[in-house]
Amino acid sequence: MWNNFFNPLDYAAMKPEILLTIFALAILLADPILFRDKRDKFWNAIFAALGLGFALLQLVLFRRGFPGGLPAQTFDGRFTLDLFAIVLKLIIVLATFLVVMISLHYLEIEEANFGEYYALLLLSAVGMMFMVSSTDLIVLFLGLELMALCEYVLVGFLRGERRSNEAALKFFLLGAFSSGLLLYGMSLLYGISGSTKLSAISQALAGRPVTDPLSWVAMVTLLAGLFFKIAAVPFHQWTPDAYEGAPTSITAFISVAPKVASFAILLRLLFTGMGPMHLQWQTLMIGVAIATMTLGNLAAITSSNIKRFFGYSTIAHVGYLLLGVIAAADGNSYGLTAVVIYLLVYSFMNLGAFSVIVMMRRKDLLGDEIDDLSGLMSRAPGMAVLMLIFLLSLAGIPPTAGFIGKYYIFLSLIQTGHYYLAILGVGYAVVALYYYFRIVVAMFMKKAPETGPLVIGPGLSVALGVTLGFTLIIGVYPEPFIQLAQDAIRPFFS
Amino acid sequence: MQFLHDHILSVILFTPLVGMGILLFIPGENKNAVRWWGNIVLFIDFLLSLPLVFWFSAPGESGKQEALFRFVERHDWIPSIGAQYHLGIDGISFLLIMLTSVLGFISVLSSWSSIQERVKEYYAMFMLLQVGMMGVFMSLDFFLFYVFWEVMLVPMYFIIGVWGGPRKLYAAIKFFLYTLTGSVLMLLGILVLYFQYHTETGQYTFALTELMAHAHSWHWLSASTPYWVFWAFMVGFAIKVPMFPFHTWLPDAHVEAPTAGSVILAGVLLKMGTYGFIRFSLPLLPQVSSDPRVVKIMVWLSIIGIVYGALVSLMQRDMKKLIAYSSVSHLGFCTLGIFALNPHGLEGSVIQQINHGISTGALFLIVGLIYERRHTREIKEFGGISNVMPVYATLFMIVMLSSVGLPLLNGFIGEFTILQGAFEANWHWAAWAVSGIVLGAAYLLWLYQRTMFGPVDNPKNQELKDLNLREIMTLVPLIIWAFWIGLYPKPYFDVLREPVKAIVQSVHPDFYPTSAKAATPAVAPLQVKAEADQPKKAAETSKPLARSKNAPPSVKHRAGAAR
Repeated sequence: MWNNFFNPLDYAAMKPEILLTIFALAILLADPILFRDKRDKFWNAIFAALGLGFALLQLVLFRRGFPGGLPAQTFDGRFTLDLFAIVLKLIIVLATFLVVMISLHYLEIEEANFGEYYALLLLSAVGMMFMVSSTDLIVLFLGLELMALCEYVLVGFLRGERRSNEAALKFFLLGAFSSGLLLYGMSLLYGISGSTKLSAISQALAGRPVTDPLSWVAMVTLLAGLFFKIAAVPFHQWTPDAYEGAPTSITAFISVAPKVASFAILLRLLFTGMGPMHLQWQTLMIGVAIATMTLGNLAAITSSNIKRFFGYSTIAHVGYLLLGVIAAADGNSYGLTAVVIYLLVYSFMNLGAFSVIVMMRRKDLLGDEIDDLSGLMSRAPGMAVLMLIFLLSLAGIPPTAGFIGKYYIFLSLIQTGHYYLAILGVGYAVVALYYYFRIVVAMFMKKAPETGPLVIGPGLSVALGVTLGFTLIIGVYPEPFIQLAQDAIRPFFS
Repeated sequence: MQFLHDHILSVILFTPLVGMGILLFIPGENKNAVRWWGNIVLFIDFLLSLPLVFWFSAPGESGKQEALFRFVERHDWIPSIGAQYHLGIDGISFLLIMLTSVLGFISVLSSWSSIQERVKEYYAMFMLLQVGMMGVFMSLDFFLFYVFWEVMLVPMYFIIGVWGGPRKLYAAIKFFLYTLTGSVLMLLGILVLYFQYHTETGQYTFALTELMAHAHSWHWLSASTPYWVFWAFMVGFAIKVPMFPFHTWLPDAHVEAPTAGSVILAGVLLKMGTYGFIRFSLPLLPQVSSDPRVVKIMVWLSIIGIVYGALVSLMQRDMKKLIAYSSVSHLGFCTLGIFALNPHGLEGSVIQQINHGISTGALFLIVGLIYERRHTREIKEFGGISNVMPVYATLFMIVMLSSVGLPLLNGFIGEFTILQGAFEANWHWAAWAVSGIVLGAAYLLWLYQRTMFGPVDNPKNQELKDLNLREIMTLVPLIIWAFWIGLYPKPYFDVLREPVKAIVQSVHPDFYPTSAKAATPAVAPLQVKAEADQPKKAAETSKPLARSKNAPPSVKHRAGAAR
């Protein structure tokens, strides 16, 4: 009995999460005691980066091998450490690290350089990591709420600014509502199966008839809650507002890391938990994916605020990711590989683009309109070229990483015979190019306004270097990353 | 030397990229250094492509599968999906590569004085463009091909969008979106073929040689699938060519692009579409490509393009727009030749592609030269220029006549051979296409008459300076080349014979009845099929052969009469 209660392996599997929690708490303690002076605040960021570095290292070690062997079912099969979890956690930790890097200078300008910011970032990352590993509804929900609560605070972090507060409130209300929906679906699943474990739910669902109304209601409410989190149409309304109001570094964060984590639970719930119902949710998903791509791509054409613009572009990318999930529902390993690769690729290219946008914020300028990027080529040619590469990648033009991501999505759709979705997908890729090139036109073909000089701090350089490196390397030599993704999805097919 | 021989294609391909890397370290304020470097790099690239001419002249041993493609380099690139770094050229791509390397250098040379702003970026874009274009013609892997095909769009977008005319932004994005639409559809077509090949052989590959070897044994689940694939390819390539209903991006892009951009656009980029048909559509989907219904559509689109392009050219007031529409007409000949699906048509088509690159490239240079002096291209602004600029007028005349298709110059050879091929396939096609030549003579001669002859009415034209040495040097190589093809085209036909034969054999397995044994098909399964068809073929043996032997004199006669 005692052995079951305290199994060292259980805690070993949670090492990265534990590390990050310790660092987060340490920052909270150290900030008011040791780093009271404004000039010392950068230590918070260094602490956070250190913690993330350790977590990263630990994850790499896990990838090499785990004492109990992989996949490890710890806590009685409620917390799973498999390659899927490790790879997605790597993406999350790296993304959080990059966000810490771009926050440093930005927070100084916003005069919001407080230790809580980094602590909340780390705790939010911990929540996401729990989500990725969860194979139990309770763990899943705990992780989700930890992530979401930290995000609500971070979105409203600029206390003095109305936009930020408004965004936080909207995000919170809709987020709470969606959590409620999700919980409702979970309670129904529990009612059906008598267990919160995904494997048990799967067995219970397999025993029920196809037309069973109860499992339908459970599925629909659960998916509605998830669609809120990933910002799929028709549950996307919070996205542009929250993106626009949040501090830019946080916009970067919530456009990437929570998407990765939410897709992780989406895959776990749909494939491990509701695998027997895959035909039903696939139908639902097709409609949602089409609506998501359509709205995201068309709305982005007309937005002039660059953060809003990226909100809609994120929605469009979510549509592509859903296409991968749809293909995967037919038992296609390409579909899941595509989702993992796309998440990886999307994280880096989007963070790269946001790094450039963060740089545009200066003392005298908000820098969040597309026009603010005008003439960037004449002011900072290097930055303009970097932004061009990220935008090309977002539009899916080879030889950048974005092409590999989109390519895999189309590959999986063609293999499973979803020709119409594939044609729609490539059609919207053309539309996407059009709106991404609005920024290119501004950067390269318009005159530069007279504004203050651009400052590129050390943190920003690191972020830009890493994102550029991944965007180009995955584009030119994607083989190791494809291998990684293929390893990652193996748990779903064993 | 051996290393260079084995890796010549990679060397040619990546030299401009290396040059671009070094260019980044040259300060942009020093415009002349940037210009020199740009010219040097592309000249070196041209020099590096010259050895191909000598190494290529030795004919490969026919009968071997690899003999079709030479200088092959093949390495794994993305094993997970079966994509390879697979380069190789045959006679068709060889000629197009030479065209690219010559025009690449000439267009850069021609921009010396016309580009004054953002010089460094300009040359960087041209180097990148050169990489993309070379890659398209060298790739034997469909995935690699697609990558280069897309890579090239970005620099071209910037060349039009940054250094173009008043409506440059509109033209640039229109060009990009049109081409991208076609190419993503093509990508889906590629993927369908890729999975079909896997279903049938259990192997994932994009290698053209493997797919070609399998081209006659596709077992499609539904009979319509290969047609969908063909149309997906067709849209991708036809937009690039551009064929008739897909041509609307071309006048905008050509008119707005800077001179050198127009030269490359007309000279090389358009050829990628026709090259795509020859390299991919025909050999990979021979049954669909030779389906009479498909051929009919393709041919009539080509003929509409020929006549429509020529008629619209007649009406233009802007010199550049006139030449742009003439491209639609001339490229119509190229696609007509391809879908005549016989050796004459295909050989003529490739030669006409080279010709069009030379003649139209030179015409755009000519227009660019006068535009640089007058900053207008309106035809009515000019008149009597031959009095002020005699050298210019002489060169213009030669180039114009080569585009018209005057015998002894290159255009004649290409158009004549295409018409011969079209006549062998169906004389109605040739009859319609000939009208394009007549109209071509009309709009070009009329253009020349209005701009060059008569009195110098416009006082602004009194003081125009004649060409300087650099400007003459940009035109002379093209003119020499035009005469070479016009006077002695045999080497070109020699180089093209083998690859064209392989393609014709693929689409019409019984086209070469008597020589089927002697000249083994380029790909293995073909041979099996050819032998299986032996008895049936014996009956048909005499007919096509007799026709192809008898046809030339009669065609010559008619074409001559039409002229």
